[in-house]
Amino acid sequence: MPARHLKRRTKHNSGKMGILKTFALGGIHPEENKLSSDAPIERLALPGQAIVPLGQNLGVPSKPVVKRGDLVKVGQLLAETGGFISANIHAPVSGKVAKIDNVIDGTGYKRPGVIIEVDGDEWLDEIDRSDELNTEISLDGKEIIDKIKTAGLVGMGGATFPTYVKLMPPPGKKAEYLIINGVECEPYLTSDHRLMLEKGPEILVGTRILMKALNVEKAVIGIENNKPDAINHMQELAKSLDGITVQPLKVQYPQGGEKQLIKAVLNREVPSGKLPIEVGCVVQNVGTAFAVYEAVQKNKPLIERVVTVTGMAVKKPSNFLARIGTPIGQLIEAAEGLPEDTGKIIGGGPMMGKALTSLEVPVVKGSSGILLMKKEEASRKPEGPCIRCARCTSVCPMGLEPFLLSRVSKLGKFDMAENEKIMDCIECGSCQYTCPASIPLLDYLRLGKNKVGAIMRSRGRN
Amino acid sequence: MNNIVIIAIAALGSLGLVAAVILYFVASKFKVYEDPKIDEVEEALPAANCGGCGFPGCRAFAEATTSSAKKNKSLEGLNCPVGGNDVMQTVGNILGLEVEMTEPLIAVVRCNGSLANTPAKVKYEGATSCAFAHALYGGEGGCQYGCLGLGDCVDACDFDAIHMNPDTGLPVVNNKCTACGACVEACPRDIIELRKKGPKDRRIFVSCVNKEKGAPAKKNCSVACIGCTKCDKVCKFDAITIDSFLAYIDFSKCTLCRKCVEVCPTEAIWEVNFKPRKAKPVQPKTTAETSAEKASARKPATKKVSAEKADARPAPEKKNEA
Repeated sequence: MPARHLKRRTKHNSGKMGILKTFALGGIHPEENKLSSDAPIERLALPGQAIVPLGQNLGVPSKPVVKRGDLVKVGQLLAETGGFISANIHAPVSGKVAKIDNVIDGTGYKRPGVIIEVDGDEWLDEIDRSDELNTEISLDGKEIIDKIKTAGLVGMGGATFPTYVKLMPPPGKKAEYLIINGVECEPYLTSDHRLMLEKGPEILVGTRILMKALNVEKAVIGIENNKPDAINHMQELAKSLDGITVQPLKVQYPQGGEKQLIKAVLNREVPSGKLPIEVGCVVQNVGTAFAVYEAVQKNKPLIERVVTVTGMAVKKPSNFLARIGTPIGQLIEAAEGLPEDTGKIIGGGPMMGKALTSLEVPVVKGSSGILLMKKEEASRKPEGPCIRCARCTSVCPMGLEPFLLSRVSKLGKFDMAENEKIMDCIECGSCQYTCPASIPLLDYLRLGKNKVGAIMRSRGRN
Repeated sequence: MNNIVIIAIAALGSLGLVAAVILYFVASKFKVYEDPKIDEVEEALPAANCGGCGFPGCRAFAEATTSSAKKNKSLEGLNCPVGGNDVMQTVGNILGLEVEMTEPLIAVVRCNGSLANTPAKVKYEGATSCAFAHALYGGEGGCQYGCLGLGDCVDACDFDAIHMNPDTGLPVVNNKCTACGACVEACPRDIIELRKKGPKDRRIFVSCVNKEKGAPAKKNCSVACIGCTKCDKVCKFDAITIDSFLAYIDFSKCTLCRKCVEVCPTEAIWEVNFKPRKAKPVQPKTTAETSAEKASARKPATKKVSAEKADARPAPEKKNEA
């Protein structure tokens, strides 16, 4: 019996087919605030200087292969993979490599990056820049994976896990389903929504390419029901294709999490500490599917992406197609400037995004949005005592007990935190969002996760 | 009636006797010999159970010393930092060994990125924990090596020896410090170091751990070490090494001549508890008892740092959201 405060608004929760699917445990429904969902994707002007951080993906940072003074063309390799879980980085602009130095990035730290002085817009010859739709998939599975690896593709949803690694299941495991993640459950963000509306056919070709690479017969595109236009559009396009279905989903945060999405779409549960391949699934974002299309059919490496610039006080909430390395300041300018009472600039959505410390921070492969929050929205309420209301427990999509985990992390009882499965936390922030005492639960959970992760890794080494 | 009492007494008595005999034999069979000296040594230790010696508690240290005395006939590598030389002398007497005198150490905070020297450009509102903030971002002032000022070291200290100075936002070590090293462990940025206490508590150290090049380091903090190597050149004792644009003074080689302090252009090298210099037109940087007074005695940043710059930036203050 859900408590009164957990009653969901029902606007989007029933569709043509009656009750819509969603994941089983917890979840919240914050204000959607999809301000920019009607703004078509605009191509952003080239920056004067592109700042390309070398650590753009989950895992090992890439190693630079250019040096100061080199002239590069768009699409030329800037840095190569630094290990198994790593990705190539290509020049997003043409010009001269001004220097390879420490640059501030979304992590709040200065890390190595390549700075390119932009000069013209010269592309490599092998990149096909036409808009023509190419539906013919001529490559075989292995060639596709090689191509995706060379193009430096990473998960575009924000986690930036190298795509090719996901496409190579460990021996003995076989993928059965490809799930394309068009959920976009974060409030405010609309980049995937716009991409589905404007690049639907390309996304479907990308999906077919991924299906071929994985050798699966079935693919499901999961879309939340607050994007009916995208659902209709994709359903219409997918009609003629075998094996691809579009699944409307009830609006529920954090449905875009891999494990939540699999549960919602297929009612399968990924065991604790395991990957989706364990239940025969591979999940890719719609943005990734589009990038796969461009990489395989058009030879175009990952050099630009759609970024939403939004916020209550933003004059023109927009979706931009921006080159990697564009400073966020330029995107904000293009959305008609920084509102006066901005309290916080967040890279990503309001739930999982991270506050940025400078306007120099560049767009990277994982930037899905820039959210400008007003001062009163951005301020934190003072922390109160825990009243044991268990709201955090009831909204946790992983079935954890955030109040307990945050407490044991704060007290440094990391063995207990490990036993209570702190590593299963997906850091969605639902607990902190719902806490009536404004306890920074997720802060402490992250702290505990960092420590427990380090302990587990050092145990693995010994 | 009498019979029952007698039977009961006899039955219980004989049971007790049998049990006592069994216990006696078991006890002698499985007896674990424990050196009585362990207890004696433990008695002599400060009983702080701080772990500063590297062992989990004073009992473990007592066991380690006793077994080391038995096996190696020495106490090399074993030291109780809290008790210092006196306690180690007593331990040595109990175990019948000579103990080498060690120099007492003290925790030293190697950052002077106070609120005045490193003006805040962003505002942090996350959990009050350095470890957390460290995982999240570089720091309010923009120096990603400097003190975050959230007091993990203060929480770690069992001896009430380290406190935050609200004026500077930096931790200050007082004389209660026993050099147990808990704060050194707690600091996620390795700012705190155990250094020689020095004669009359005098010591010289580089109060900065910024490994950036000079220009970016100085941009964020007016008192950062910029790696200019002036101190290295002036040092006659080879005590100063420069690594990644950061000077480090080896306290075992330093003779406290104070030449490096004079040449440092950013006042990143600190002298503590020295007498004021006489024939110097410049106001000496000498300080009294604690680092707190030291910090406040220092002139506030003479050059106006990037404060205006920070204000002029289009972005107003931002904070970190978890």
